[in-house]
Amino acid sequence: MNHSRRKALQTGGGAGVLAMLFAAGVLKPGQALAQDWNQAAFSMKTVPEAMRALGAQSPAASAAILIKAPEIAENGAVVPIAIESKLPGTESITLLIEKNPQPLAASFSIPAGTAPEVSTRVKMGQSSDVYALVKAEGKFYVAKKEIKITLGGCGG
Amino acid sequence: MADPMRIRIAARDGLVNVRILMSHEMETGQRKDSAGNLVPAHYIRNVTATHQGKTVLSAQWGPAVAKNPFLEFSFKGGQKGDKVVVTWEDNKGDKRSDEAVIN
Repeated sequence: MNHSRRKALQTGGGAGVLAMLFAAGVLKPGQALAQDWNQAAFSMKTVPEAMRALGAQSPAASAAILIKAPEIAENGAVVPIAIESKLPGTESITLLIEKNPQPLAASFSIPAGTAPEVSTRVKMGQSSDVYALVKAEGKFYVAKKEIKITLGGCGG
Repeated sequence: MADPMRIRIAARDGLVNVRILMSHEMETGQRKDSAGNLVPAHYIRNVTATHQGKTVLSAQWGPAVAKNPFLEFSFKGGQKGDKVVVTWEDNKGDKRSDEAVIN
């Protein structure tokens, strides 16, 4: 009887300490767990499927999205790509590479106060269209650009 | 733990420009080693940058981001001397956090 009561107290105590840590801001629930990562969208095999998984049913083509990348990249293992959105209220910028095994490459959320332009480097298995999907004021817009690859990026 | 990130932050024209170079294999899970065995996927999935507790950029990445990833972005409202903290977490749960001061 006493024994089980002690056990219950210990367990309760442990949970209490954890709750106190959360309350004190030492630990945040979001930090204790894995961060958000859109498993479904990243595993899709085609651009339209990945866009649907991101919530973009039929994004409108937009000339206000600029994809800055070389026309011809010599090395598919390191292709520099910058995306700039001139759409007001840009919330996120997502990069998809059509002919990669999983097209979704990277997705950036842009909080208010951050410039709607990101630059990174990606791997491309072969020449392909790349898509920049932008969410602005709750709506999706897209632009595309073809990048030719002289040497594939997948160890070929 | 992985090697530190190289972070360069410069204030210019009212914006703070952040350039980050991370040290990570970014293994896709599709490459085979010399013995013909598939090399398991190992890549950064989440990147977050904060300035004085406020997130200024967060990203979700797949294995298509190049090895030793580079990332550049800019935000408003930073002063010289402020710190920017950058954190990444990969698909195996490894994490790394580094900070730099705005120049």
